[in-house]
Amino acid sequence: MILPALFFYLFAGVCVASAAMVISSRNPVHSVLFLILAFVNAAGLFILLGAEFIAMILIVVYVGAVAVLFLFVIMMLDVDFAELREGFLEYLPFGLVIAAIFLLELLLVVGGWTLNPTVTKSITAAIPGDVSNTEALGLVLYTKYIHYFQLAGMVLLVAMIGAIVLTLRHRASVKRQDINVQNARTPEMAMGVRQVASGQGLQDADSAEWVK
Amino acid sequence: MMFEAAGYQLLPVLPEIVLAVGAMVLLLIGAWCGQRAAGLVTGLAICFLIGTGVIEYLLPHGRLMTFGGSFIVDEFARFLKILALLGSAATLVLSREFLEDQSRRMFEFAILVMLSTVGMMVLISAADLIMLYLGLELMSLALYVVAASNRDNVKSTEAGLKYFVLGALASGMLLYGASLIYGFTGTVSFAGIAAAAKTGSIGVVFGLVFLLAGLCFKVSVVPFHMWTPDVYEGAPTPVTAFFASAPKIAAMAVFTRVVLTAFSGVVAEWQQIVVFVAIASMALGSFGAIGQRNIKRLMAYSSIGHMGFALVGLAAGTVEGAQGVVLYLVIYTVMTFGAFTVILAMSRNGQALEQISDFAGLSRTNPLLAFFFAMLLFSLAGIPPLAGFFAKFYVFSAAIKAGLFALSVIGVITSVVGAFYYLNVIKMMYFDEQAEATDAVHIELRSVVAATALFNMLFFVYPGPLVSAATAAAKSLF
Repeated sequence: MILPALFFYLFAGVCVASAAMVISSRNPVHSVLFLILAFVNAAGLFILLGAEFIAMILIVVYVGAVAVLFLFVIMMLDVDFAELREGFLEYLPFGLVIAAIFLLELLLVVGGWTLNPTVTKSITAAIPGDVSNTEALGLVLYTKYIHYFQLAGMVLLVAMIGAIVLTLRHRASVKRQDINVQNARTPEMAMGVRQVASGQGLQDADSAEWVK
Repeated sequence: MMFEAAGYQLLPVLPEIVLAVGAMVLLLIGAWCGQRAAGLVTGLAICFLIGTGVIEYLLPHGRLMTFGGSFIVDEFARFLKILALLGSAATLVLSREFLEDQSRRMFEFAILVMLSTVGMMVLISAADLIMLYLGLELMSLALYVVAASNRDNVKSTEAGLKYFVLGALASGMLLYGASLIYGFTGTVSFAGIAAAAKTGSIGVVFGLVFLLAGLCFKVSVVPFHMWTPDVYEGAPTPVTAFFASAPKIAAMAVFTRVVLTAFSGVVAEWQQIVVFVAIASMALGSFGAIGQRNIKRLMAYSSIGHMGFALVGLAAGTVEGAQGVVLYLVIYTVMTFGAFTVILAMSRNGQALEQISDFAGLSRTNPLLAFFFAMLLFSLAGIPPLAGFFAKFYVFSAAIKAGLFALSVIGVITSVVGAFYYLNVIKMMYFDEQAEATDAVHIELRSVVAATALFNMLFFVYPGPLVSAATAAAKSLF
């Protein structure tokens, strides 16, 4: 019983500490690396809960794709983060006041906490040993929740169309590769054999054609 | 067939399926033929939208539920879905001329509008929180893209980005609220929430506040209205007309359904939120618009104010109130569409005109357009016997019957203040020094302006069918 608790505090502690480092570190690249650490620890917490599928998804999607994308963006954009953070201290008192109000409100809510009895039952229910997470999800995702699944697919389709609409441009001035033209090239199109009279060289027009 | 036995009939979602599959077919046509097919795709999209509306109308009457009770088709959903479909179809009609320009030609516009409309239909029919969220995202994501569709224009990209960032924030709040509600009631279905939340436990109310904050953003009411003027100004005019109509209908519909069905046990709790939001929006819509120079910004403030008026009906929380909301949505959509069509029609030497001062002397250069625009503005201001007056009449009488006197009085006062800026534009058109003549107006735009203005002028002659349809829609919620 002591071991899971120990691991819980290990993961939770590192998660919170690295989350704090994400917002306080000076170097944005370090921030992203700490973000990855936070994600990995959150995945550890999910494994402790018995939700191994979500844990793996968190690693694959967030660490493998999202965080790496962040890294790319941060390295490619020339954003002066130090400048962005300049007003941080100025706004800190105001921010702390708002945070305190939120904390107070949350405490009020927790004070009046009455959970639905069925919820606690379902949370503390033992995880069935004969069916794995992935299998359990698969059993409902394509049957009971097929409509949600299809709609989510349509949301992704819209995201894809949107990305293409907003970023794809065909510029006439840019040379593009055309495989068919490349494959159809014959030696006659690519090469020209000239008789060059000694001491005269090629004409200008000829040399221009060569360059092409 | 196994599905059908388990409460998964496909008939109630037939319109959505037709529209979604149609959008994908058109996407293939567009991808295959390139931008040459833009006109064809837009035309077919209009046909699909109208066809879907017909299918929706022909569905068997009464309440249909499917997908384990997460999708509902009742009179309310049917009425507002048809309205949203018409709004989307009219947007595409307006955009045909706009998209004819070579540099702007894009077939994806019609497809995005179609997919956004699928989202709206799902949203209107949502009967649980997951369906609500998915519909909302599908609708909004396409809207973010069309807001930025004029991508070489700085203002348009700014509008898209601003809308996206703030919209993502609103979605976050909505999800947080939804998770709280799920945590405290143990269910995501509206019927289940209504059964569990008979007394206002503080946790449920906390979730309700966040859920309503997310929805308020989509209906653009104070204090979640900040994006509206910038997005309305920056987005291309047909897109702005779209923003002001169909998505507002869908968001308002789901707002109404959530508070009236899922939270019918905690009326007092949501009523005070709705009353505050309504008062703040009506006031800001009236006072904020006075200083505006750009007609699209003015219409943005007008739309904030009008959503406030619609919420007055909702605040009543009665059948009359819901009927008022539905009627308000119909009439507001028609009025605002007409007004935006006039704005779209205003151009001089091919340059679109967006300043209010450009309307000066329009009554002499284009008397018919000026007359119709004046009628639409009178109607927006709520002057009898135009349709806009009846819209306000129904919501205020519902509020008075429910005992919300202060709210009604404030509403009427702000409505008088709001009349100032509508009348100011009319004064410009009729009494000010004439500016240069404007370009000839395209036949499609002319017919839309005429149809909307005539609807507003002649509504009082025969309001029966619309009012009874709105009553039937409102009754199906209770």
